[in-house]
Amino acid sequence: MLPQEATQLIGKAGETVILEVEKGAIKKFADAIGDRNPLYWDEEYARNSRYGSIVAPPGFFGWPTKWKRAMPFFSELRQEVIDTITKAGYSRVLDGGIEFDFFQPVRAGDTLASVPRVASIQERETKSGKMILSIVETTYTNQNGDIVAKAHQTLIHR
Amino acid sequence: MKMKKQLFWEDVEERSEVTPLPKVASRQMLVKWAGASGDFNPLHYEDAFADSQGVGKPIVHGQLKRAWLVQLMSDWIGEQGNLKKFSCQFRAMDYPRLMKDMFEPQEGETWWCKGKVTKKYVEGDEHCVDCDIWIENGKSEVTTRGNATVALLSRG
Repeated sequence: MLPQEATQLIGKAGETVILEVEKGAIKKFADAIGDRNPLYWDEEYARNSRYGSIVAPPGFFGWPTKWKRAMPFFSELRQEVIDTITKAGYSRVLDGGIEFDFFQPVRAGDTLASVPRVASIQERETKSGKMILSIVETTYTNQNGDIVAKAHQTLIHR
Repeated sequence: MKMKKQLFWEDVEERSEVTPLPKVASRQMLVKWAGASGDFNPLHYEDAFADSQGVGKPIVHGQLKRAWLVQLMSDWIGEQGNLKKFSCQFRAMDYPRLMKDMFEPQEGETWWCKGKVTKKYVEGDEHCVDCDIWIENGKSEVTTRGNATVALLSRG
């Protein structure tokens, strides 16, 4: 049985975080991957491409405009989910993977609003015992009001 | 800047191979990734901390492996293609090479990002393919696995 404290979190939305997609941050992100695609680096090349400007590699959404002790795909809401499930006796947390839907390119100079929401919390029986899967959905919307992407991140609690 | 090769939907069949992408994970790459992505978990750069977490030594960030697979698809579909859907799960740990000098990693493992087309179809006005994608370590073991849906340029 899922603890009630956990089921009550389903559907809950977290704080909106504003993210700035800065050109230099895109470059550093692409460099860390080892991706030399000129769309991420070369202003002139990108201007003449179908995008008309430097774009971010899919999955990069910039950095928060206000200081936050946060990691990508990690929010206070995510922490609340972890804490609640930990209290219920599932203290080991594993990364269960991520899923993206990409709708629009993210461009250098964009400002994105990201909103996390608890999409689901489910209990599973496995050979090695019970576990809980929690999924937080994050929606990214740009300054024009277009949803650019959604991310679903799964954590496995055992 | 040289133009990249453009893939067309008509050139792809079910079971076609996604052009493989080799990657070498090094401690330096992990440091860069931490700074560029904002994931400063010491699991990925501190020996004692990694050991205390039961993984022995610092491991490659799952999100870095995810980013490699995104590059695999972006490189393959070319500039006119769109990555629509992407997912991956982490199945096993990967351990980066240590550095030989300021720029070069020591000899060691090379990872290969790979993929295969599982379905080819038209949806609305988009020419799509679905792919299985994965990363193999130096022993050809799959450590990361996922799926991608892309819309490709069509000659039609």
